[in-house]
Amino acid sequence: MFAYIIKRILATIPVMLVVALFVFLLLRLSPGDPAAVIAGDYASPDDIERIRTQLGLSDPIYIQFFRWCGQLLQGDLGISIFSNLPVSQLIAQRLEPTVALASVTLILTILIAVPLGTLAAWKANTWIDRSIMIFAVLGFSMPVFVFGYILIYGFSIQLGWLPVQGYTPLAEGVWPWLRNLILPSIALSAIYIALITRITRASVLEILDEDYIRTARAKGSTERKVLMVHALRNAAVPIVTVIGLGIALLIGGVVVTESVFNIPGVGRLVVDAILKRDYPIIQGLILAFSGVYILINLLIDLSYTLLDPRIRY
Amino acid sequence: MQTRTFVRGVLSAAILSAGLAGFSTASAETVLKVIPHADLKNIDPIWTTAYITRNHGYMVYDTLFAMDEKLQPQPQMVDTWTVSDDKLTYTFTLRDGLKWHDGTPVTAEDCVASLNRWGKRDGMGQKLMGVVDRLEPVDDKTFTLVLKETYGLVLESIGKISSNVPFMMPKRLADTDPFEQVPETIGSGPYIFVKDEWVPGSKTVYLKNADYVPRDEPSSAAAGGKRVFVDKVEWLYLPDSQTAINALINGEVDYYETPPPDLVPMLKSSPGIVVEVLDPLGSQGMLRLNHLQPPFDKPEARQAVLYAMDQLTYMQAAVGNPDFYTTCYSLYACGSPLETDAGYEPFKQRNLEKARELVKQAGYEGHKVIIMQPTDIPITNAASLVTAQNLREIGFDAELQAMDWSTLTSRRAKKDPVDQGGWNVFHTWWIGGDIANPVSHIGLSGGGDNAWFGWPNDPKLEEMRDAFAREIDPEKQKALATEIQLRALQVVTHGNFGTWFNPVAYRDNVKGLIKSPVQFFWNVEKQ
Repeated sequence: MFAYIIKRILATIPVMLVVALFVFLLLRLSPGDPAAVIAGDYASPDDIERIRTQLGLSDPIYIQFFRWCGQLLQGDLGISIFSNLPVSQLIAQRLEPTVALASVTLILTILIAVPLGTLAAWKANTWIDRSIMIFAVLGFSMPVFVFGYILIYGFSIQLGWLPVQGYTPLAEGVWPWLRNLILPSIALSAIYIALITRITRASVLEILDEDYIRTARAKGSTERKVLMVHALRNAAVPIVTVIGLGIALLIGGVVVTESVFNIPGVGRLVVDAILKRDYPIIQGLILAFSGVYILINLLIDLSYTLLDPRIRY
Repeated sequence: MQTRTFVRGVLSAAILSAGLAGFSTASAETVLKVIPHADLKNIDPIWTTAYITRNHGYMVYDTLFAMDEKLQPQPQMVDTWTVSDDKLTYTFTLRDGLKWHDGTPVTAEDCVASLNRWGKRDGMGQKLMGVVDRLEPVDDKTFTLVLKETYGLVLESIGKISSNVPFMMPKRLADTDPFEQVPETIGSGPYIFVKDEWVPGSKTVYLKNADYVPRDEPSSAAAGGKRVFVDKVEWLYLPDSQTAINALINGEVDYYETPPPDLVPMLKSSPGIVVEVLDPLGSQGMLRLNHLQPPFDKPEARQAVLYAMDQLTYMQAAVGNPDFYTTCYSLYACGSPLETDAGYEPFKQRNLEKARELVKQAGYEGHKVIIMQPTDIPITNAASLVTAQNLREIGFDAELQAMDWSTLTSRRAKKDPVDQGGWNVFHTWWIGGDIANPVSHIGLSGGGDNAWFGWPNDPKLEEMRDAFAREIDPEKQKALATEIQLRALQVVTHGNFGTWFNPVAYRDNVKGLIKSPVQFFWNVEKQ
């Protein structure tokens, strides 16, 4: 097991290298020039060229790439072209809101979707099942920003219960922190609740047809025990896989949610950086996102051994 | 039992936290929460011309002179100044009590270094420095500026209201290479920048500068006393306009600098919200043609574009709400001292017949006309669509190429033919303060390769602009400005597609906002 983990971690190195190279080239080959954005409307072409030279953007692409790789090997993600602040500091400033939003969304999703999917499977083809599936389709179909605005209109503008926007750090108190996260988490979790509810339903439904479930019922187990101990645990592998993939999808989802609810997280940081062509931030963030994605996949694979004793690495 | 105890503990913690949070917000500190028009990404107002960095500059730094609401330069950090009889030597003496935010006194040496740095980056600064023989301190509070020849825009240049504004910095910072960002933000202005709380893309915090000594005169645009009535100003960048409006309606912010005109009715119908135009000059739209590439290398083709333009159509498409736009047949800001409609008579109404005739005279051979369309900027995006239609109507093969503004800003610098990545047309705009005279209005330059993007090449126009800059008689300056407009319309440096006024929206407990082309946050009270 330990050897497997080491092997998987080592395997991430070439993957990260390819990601780094791909992101770097993609940015340099796409149109747009940060020096022109910085210089603004009044700048002459000479001014723009001087800024470009000052930022090292006039050097050949391979020199820029090796310079960046050299920085990465020293654990340095570079300096933002615009704010002149270290990229690692900018990411650190934005990490808490995104992690908080993603965590609350994930908890909400699991707490709602898994029981709902199990219930739908247990009551398959009844009105309960159909009602749950209708909600799942709705959750899938409604864009995050539409749902977000509806929630804001209802709970913030009309009822005045929750704030429209912003983020309060956890250090300032649990309730101030949570009240800024309730609406965005609900908005963001809708699509994941729909997805995981459907997967849970399908997995549990398949398991409920297995011989060992019939055996469990035949030996007198209660329906609750059959569902929770025999069915759900055996259905867990695909559910956990989808939850894991959902975390990766969340990274994309937070971009829109953070904009609608004005949460200063990494999602907005990357969008702002792309619009301004702040290369070091985009490169640093995409590399960080890739690292998180690879790590989550590794954790999912390892979790299989806990859920299914037959799986061994 | 254990579960119950745990739940009770969590609830108690939550209630306690909520109580503490409530306590902290109930403190006496007055915080003005502002949604600015853009995110503050960099903090050196000499390094960049971005308007948001200029506004940041006004919070933190002070200026030697500043424009009043009539766009006349008035002393700000300067107490007294004299001009020699030959109009070549200006002597400036600083006010008493000026201090940097680190507590050290402002000296004449600091101001000389700041002017030198600004003069290397700003267009008007470069022109001024071109005629400066010596700029040197006399003593701690006095410095002189000696000219090689008379120059009519000395005070207008060092008191200019918009980017790059000659903000004063301590010498140790002003000595920074003007193409590098200053490492610190130390000004002598009415607010102190809190760098530790700056989160680019989200939040900028300024504290009241308790040591600031305002002038005695009342505020007038950038001039007059900068009195601060709030303890703290927070700029909260909300990129989503719907969220920004919701936050304002809900009382979570106090001021929204640029609500989109189409959402203004929603704000107007909300209780406790005031919607008002504070910028008396507004912004003027510019249609820029590339003079290097066919078909607009021919003056007839460029004039055809002017004949096809109708400002009202542009404004209806780009702004929509007639409360916030007007037609303006002047290349200088309407409402500014040099406004004139000289030469504009033939272009006030569309004349498609004349336009088509000119296209023929230009010998147009069916080249593709590439219009760069910045889809992320609603006003110029709409203007691009109108221009495409106009050009098609008069026989040009117009093609819109969609891109974001960042791409446009790099592509517009290309002088290549259109099939090698060049361009023919793009749109942008200037605030009134930028285009109040022919020197600050870089769109009027005819300097060929050295002119602004589009590169009009007309030495006579450049001579006239230089003559304007040298002229010290305001009446003669006005006459020269009129002649420059006539010449610019003949050369067709650019087209003016209308003037619009961005309204601001704020909670009705906010008082004292200053009417000006640039938004300032002194004189503002939160009741």
